Amino acid sequence: MTAVTDRQKLQYITARAADARVNVELETEGMTLNIGPQHPATHGTLRIVARLDGEQVIAAEPVAGYMHRGYEKIAEVRTYAQVTTLVNRIDWLGSFANEVPFILAAERLMEVEAPPRAMWIRTILFEMSRIANLILFLGDMGVQLGAITPVFFAFRDREYVLDQIERVTGGRFHPNFDRIGGVKDDLPKGWLEDTKAVMEKVRSFCDEIEDLLMGSEVFQQRTRGIGIIPPDVALQYGLSGANARASGIDWDLRRDNCIGLAYPEVDWKVWTHPDGDSFARFWVRLQEVREASRIIDQLADGVPSGPIMAKVPRIIKVPAGEAWISTENPLGEMGYYVVSQGDLTPFRLKIRSASFNNISITPWLLRGVYVPDIVTILASLYFILGDIDR
Amino acid sequence: MSAAVLGIELAYWQSTLIRVVAGLVAVLLLTGGVVYLYLFKFVSFMQSRLGPMEAGPYGSLQLLAEVGKWLQKEDIHTEDSDRLVFGLAPAVVLSSTFLMFVVIPAGPDLVIANLGTGVYYVLAVSALSVLGILMAGWASANKYALMGALRAGGQLIAYELPMVLAVLGVVIMAGSLNLQDIVAAQAGGEIFGFSGIGNPYVLTQFVAFAVFMIAVQAELTQTPFDMPIAESELVAGYQVEYSGIRFLVYFISEFATAVAFAAVASTLFLGGWALPTSWGLSAGVMNVVGPLVVATKAVLLVGVVFWVRFSFPRFREDQLQKLAWKVLIPIALANILVTAVFKVAF
Repeated sequence: MTAVTDRQKLQYITARAADARVNVELETEGMTLNIGPQHPATHGTLRIVARLDGEQVIAAEPVAGYMHRGYEKIAEVRTYAQVTTLVNRIDWLGSFANEVPFILAAERLMEVEAPPRAMWIRTILFEMSRIANLILFLGDMGVQLGAITPVFFAFRDREYVLDQIERVTGGRFHPNFDRIGGVKDDLPKGWLEDTKAVMEKVRSFCDEIEDLLMGSEVFQQRTRGIGIIPPDVALQYGLSGANARASGIDWDLRRDNCIGLAYPEVDWKVWTHPDGDSFARFWVRLQEVREASRIIDQLADGVPSGPIMAKVPRIIKVPAGEAWISTENPLGEMGYYVVSQGDLTPFRLKIRSASFNNISITPWLLRGVYVPDIVTILASLYFILGDIDR
Repeated sequence: MSAAVLGIELAYWQSTLIRVVAGLVAVLLLTGGVVYLYLFKFVSFMQSRLGPMEAGPYGSLQLLAEVGKWLQKEDIHTEDSDRLVFGLAPAVVLSSTFLMFVVIPAGPDLVIANLGTGVYYVLAVSALSVLGILMAGWASANKYALMGALRAGGQLIAYELPMVLAVLGVVIMAGSLNLQDIVAAQAGGEIFGFSGIGNPYVLTQFVAFAVFMIAVQAELTQTPFDMPIAESELVAGYQVEYSGIRFLVYFISEFATAVAFAAVASTLFLGGWALPTSWGLSAGVMNVVGPLVVATKAVLLVGVVFWVRFSFPRFREDQLQKLAWKVLIPIALANILVTAVFKVAF
């Protein structure tokens, strides 16, 4: 393994250039700090190679791939029903949301549409996985800043949401519940009422976090004006989801390109923030949890009756063709490009996951910040390793 | 040379031995109690969980289990580490902690050494721990440890100043650097002619008390001032390469220092071991009750430290320095000025 990749070459050159510049200006020697792959701030196995001058970052480069599981390739030898099991493990905190765009793409190829009741159940579970995912973000942001109490509240209240998901699907983390043409099962009796009670708890958790963490002077000092992403830069790097909305980009696929989900039926709002800093990203996600709980409340009141499965053959063979469907997942825009040649398995599957694009901005964003701010910025960008590496 | 302990004549080495053993037992018991009470239980209830429940009733033997675990761990050090300095660093930190307890009085006769310049001595030896931390950071041969140690150096030195300046207010009030004199001055004092509760200096020196407690939080490197440890960015700062018994030493010294600073704060601001002179208790009674009084006050103050620790996010290094130099030091200086003016005027 002596071959040097272009990336390594580039890394070497930038490091040398940074060294030379620093040595001329300050006559100090820089230091290369390897943050990760085993590091508490990297949520798993992201590695960030940072070139430091004292505590200031001169250049930073994310190195992904330590958790690559090759789902795109494995999917080529799995039937469509089996692929949902794989994609559950992409963003493991909001698993159900990973299945939906894939199933929608397959449905488009097969030209079937889920009945309204299935559509409603999908939307409710989609939003519940968003809440389960973002609640943990709200607590984890505190941990990254050194406040370890909020995360315990987050784990406590997330469990209520996971319990509800488990009651429908049988799985806390990996529901594997979405089917081509509908959903696996109907809702259990009394589930909708219990869900509305849980949504009350979620909203009181949001108030608690706002009080405990966001209202703290120290939190504001650590996040306001830190890691600012202007809207044009956010667009250039392909940021999506709350990261883009925190930079003032009013773009939400639930509203702007809603396919096969029940969002047009409810009254809700897309939150944006003009600042684009770490605080804005936290704030937008906090509002999104509240908004999601309101969406679920409204959907729970109006779940239509009827079948939960459309008519689909027992052995699913997807007709030849290709389809691209993306949805607004907890982490941002997630899309599947499915190419079928009429077999039992997809011929090719391309997964566009949000975190991969969201962390691509780190070399731009981390330049010039201090080491403690690396952690805040990474936490506020909010990536999940499974979503980066797939 | 001989000394009397509770009326019995003993040789110097005998009385010294008794003092050292009694001091060690008292400090370790108090530290263990504080760790169980706050780090295990109080925090668990804050975070809506139970904490340790299995070892002993309500997990009260958990700490012993943890100590046993640490003691049997392998003694690991990095390949490039400077082994001598690496091994000495925890000892330096721990000795700085124990030296603080030498002058803290727990009763009319219960003090290991009654120094004339006790306040000065306490603040001086508490600063020694910086040395141990810098040694640890350098000898670990680890970038995270080095950064943590340098941060600790900057932080501890910055917060020595407001601490010393805050204590000066008390020294002006009492007119003495001796801790026993300061305690006596508070017990015998009166507020507008009312001597029922003495005159604990927290009532007049509340600004100094607040500054002192903030500085204590920073000296202990507890959140929101835990930049040297900063587990989410520096992993564990200067402690990152330590495990087993050496880590245990850091652990003990962290919490024993918390107890020591709380005891100093309760001596300087809350009246120490003494109950008000007007209650007319004899010295013999106070030798028994005094330790309980000062321990209660100290444990309550440690509770405040932990309460803050588990409620706040941490500052960034520059914000932390700004707070020390731009806010706390001017406030402490103004407090000295006002105290001096009032002392002369009244």
